Amino acid sequence: MAEAIISLRGVSKVFPGRRAGVTAVDAVDLDVLEGEIFGVIGYSGAGKSTLVRLINALEHATSGTITVAGTEITSLSERRLRPVRAGIGMIFQQFNLFASRTVAGNVAYPLRVAGVKKAEREARVAELLEFVGLSDKAKVYPNKLSGGQKQRVGIARALATSPRILLADESTSALDPETTADVLGLLRRVNAELGITIVVITHEMDVVRSLCHRIAVMERGRVVEIGDAYQVFANPTHAATARFVGSSLHDVPTPEILERLRRRHDGRLVLMRMKSDGGASGYLTRTLREHGVEGTIIYGGITEIGERPFGSLTLELVGEQAAVERFVTDVTHGAGATDLGTAAAPRPLPRREDQETVR
Amino acid sequence: MNWDRYGDAFLLALSQTGYMLFWTMLVGGLLGLVLGIGLYVTRPGNLLGNRGGFSVLNVAVNIVRPIPFILFLTAIFPLTRLVVGTTLGTEAVTFAMILMAGFAFSRLVEQNLVNLDPGVIEAARAMGASPWRIIATVLVPEALAPLILGYTFLFVGVLDMSAMAGYVGGGGIGDFAIVYGYQKFDWPLTAFVVVVIIVIVQAAQFLGNSLARRALHR
Repeated sequence: MAEAIISLRGVSKVFPGRRAGVTAVDAVDLDVLEGEIFGVIGYSGAGKSTLVRLINALEHATSGTITVAGTEITSLSERRLRPVRAGIGMIFQQFNLFASRTVAGNVAYPLRVAGVKKAEREARVAELLEFVGLSDKAKVYPNKLSGGQKQRVGIARALATSPRILLADESTSALDPETTADVLGLLRRVNAELGITIVVITHEMDVVRSLCHRIAVMERGRVVEIGDAYQVFANPTHAATARFVGSSLHDVPTPEILERLRRRHDGRLVLMRMKSDGGASGYLTRTLREHGVEGTIIYGGITEIGERPFGSLTLELVGEQAAVERFVTDVTHGAGATDLGTAAAPRPLPRREDQETVR
Repeated sequence: MNWDRYGDAFLLALSQTGYMLFWTMLVGGLLGLVLGIGLYVTRPGNLLGNRGGFSVLNVAVNIVRPIPFILFLTAIFPLTRLVVGTTLGTEAVTFAMILMAGFAFSRLVEQNLVNLDPGVIEAARAMGASPWRIIATVLVPEALAPLILGYTFLFVGVLDMSAMAGYVGGGGIGDFAIVYGYQKFDWPLTAFVVVVIIVIVQAAQFLGNSLARRALHR
């Protein structure tokens, strides 16, 4: 088991406001393990950005303790914090490159801050640009680069001082899907080849799905759920997580969509969830055959989280009424399916927060 | 213009204007840069956020800036006498111009820094850079193009101020136009000086624009 490289204990951040102030981060306990890619997800305003800025002390915690690579940073003075910050790379949604410096100049900047000599600096810059595949752009100014290239420069710059930790704040949210995949691939290399621990902040399901080993879900400043990425998404125990999964995957029909489905399909509808072992479709085919019922998929979606299938299907069942009834009883008890009834006798959708009980 | 009659007087006036512009742009520009950066970084929540420091600077700039230059020039006579030794002549005017230009430029500097993307400052902080290093290596270089344009704008204001030097015996081409053009009913001579001033301003603006474009890196 890897050691925790970042530990938060009872950490809160209150921004002073007119009356009570705004609690951006509320009593958070969190461990990020050395060498993992840890995702912090949630909708905007959930406190993710503030949380990550507490880790490199760009914001100071109001209470609680934060330990980074063995150093308790909450008690350090601004001057003592600077070397700690230099040991943590950070990339940003808007890249935040220096427009007045070339690509090489941007990557060299943190090395200058760290007092690295010129020859060594130039060698390191060349090595980093090679790593991110931008050797030919060294003398170009950032304004001439595409979004994906800018973020590559951002990554090279963040890695310049060989940090053990990289913080990625919505690092792909300003990029198109193809470029996003590109940058995520680079981040995966940073983690796998250089062994750098990455903390990713995102509201994008794709990022979490393809990148994160473990995740924490935030809502209104609190971490409401934390654990293995697949476990958290497959068994959301909190409404925020369930909403997040549902809104990104669109596998479960909304009440409006269900309404339309019922108008088109007047048979019995049933919602089946995919199981992580991938056996659901086999189970489904088998059970349908056993009961002599025909099932037509009318809605749904299946994707991968942590390399395991995840999602759900909505079926319309056609067959002899007693057989359909037996099938529904079977799958609702045996496979955690949800009976949606018929157009004439509809039954409600599962509430997202009840999801774990319907599996 | 009749060179035989006015040539020497004009050249003297031109050199006086040159003196006023040079020192005001140099020292006043630096003063404005320092004050403007001060206004920006001491603003609460910024790099060196300090409510007290910010208030003092802010109030000082607000007091000085609205005073018409012709009144400011005479109002600071005691200070001018203390520093320059006299309240008359080109040096005395230049001293007042430096102060006024500094306070005026400080607001331009502050505005241009406020427009800067705070993200780049955050990035530099995240790399462990100290506030002073950020001021010198991020703040000023990143805002260089608009700062150059602001500085060019200041030049026109300074030229305007220099025309009032005549009131305290400071000379300059503005004074030359009043004394030999306006007061001797020699309209063509006044027009000639106006053309000279237009040419100077155009040249300065052209230089400023091209430098700013080069600083933009687009």
